[in-house]
Amino acid sequence: MAAEGKIDPMHQFVIEPIFGSFGHNNPFVFTNSALWTLVVLATIWLFMFGGMKRELIPGRWQVAVEGLIAFVDDMVNVSIGPEGKKFVPWVFTAFVFLLFANLIGNMPLGIYAPLHPFTVTAQFTFTGVMSLITFAIVLGVGFWKHGLHFLTLFVPKDAPLIFKFVIAPIELISFLVRPFSLGLRPFIAMFAGHVLLDVFGNFVVQSLNAHSAGGIGIWLLSMAFIMFVSMIELLVAAIQAYVFAILTSLYIGEAVNLH
Amino acid sequence: MDVASAKLIGAGLAAIGVGAAAAGVGYVFGSFLNSAIRNPAASDGQQGRLYIGFAAAELLGLMAFAVAMLILFAF
Repeated sequence: MAAEGKIDPMHQFVIEPIFGSFGHNNPFVFTNSALWTLVVLATIWLFMFGGMKRELIPGRWQVAVEGLIAFVDDMVNVSIGPEGKKFVPWVFTAFVFLLFANLIGNMPLGIYAPLHPFTVTAQFTFTGVMSLITFAIVLGVGFWKHGLHFLTLFVPKDAPLIFKFVIAPIELISFLVRPFSLGLRPFIAMFAGHVLLDVFGNFVVQSLNAHSAGGIGIWLLSMAFIMFVSMIELLVAAIQAYVFAILTSLYIGEAVNLH
Repeated sequence: MDVASAKLIGAGLAAIGVGAAAAGVGYVFGSFLNSAIRNPAASDGQQGRLYIGFAAAELLGLMAFAVAMLILFAF
């Protein structure tokens, strides 16, 4: 990628077939995206089942798994209330999947080229579908539980009549934008971080290839910056998963409780 | 002005929004710390709200980044 001095930070997001090739006759192709999704799912599976032995005196692993579950459980109970138990499975699934996918996408395994991690959450198809599932739950629960009364979600309760007419369209627009913003946030955060890492990784290679004193200086600066950004990326990976989970439980809580 | 240079200028202008989001995120965490230091006992319960405010402020900066990327690569 660093050849001829042209930086192509978008190349890392290209979905390429591993077996077979794209064509009209074979719509199901095993791609690098599918491979890394399976890696993420296998990691989650190993992590969860390693800690689900239900020993009376829990080991470290079991404490880690139980802590993760209790963390999401508390979050959902705070945002939704006593009815939150029903929604823990989806919030937990979304949180754990985003967390593991983000973290595995950040792993520095790119020394051997085919092992280069493909960040599945840097594709809007993944995060977009996850936010669509959240909104299917919100709309389904809202209309199932409240019927057409659910539409009063957009009207502030104790406002004067003239304010209600002003605020209701704004609330409606804000509600309609949410599916996009919810899915866009984890996607862009991962996307932007990986573009940044790719650009500065190219700087490292190019500055060393320059064979000059200035090149060494730029190499040191780029290296330091890459280390800094990598650490920030680990933080962002966790924060974005947390934000997705807490916003999901908040939106579901609004649909369940109506204000 | 040809389209290629106009694209680059437009993407650079779109990147200003990222700086504005930096101010927003800084304000969110700054005001959280301001009040958390006054009442440290209550600050743990407000972590969720802190991250919601952080997410709302950060999203707009990410939008600016998305617009810059769209200008550069989609047109």
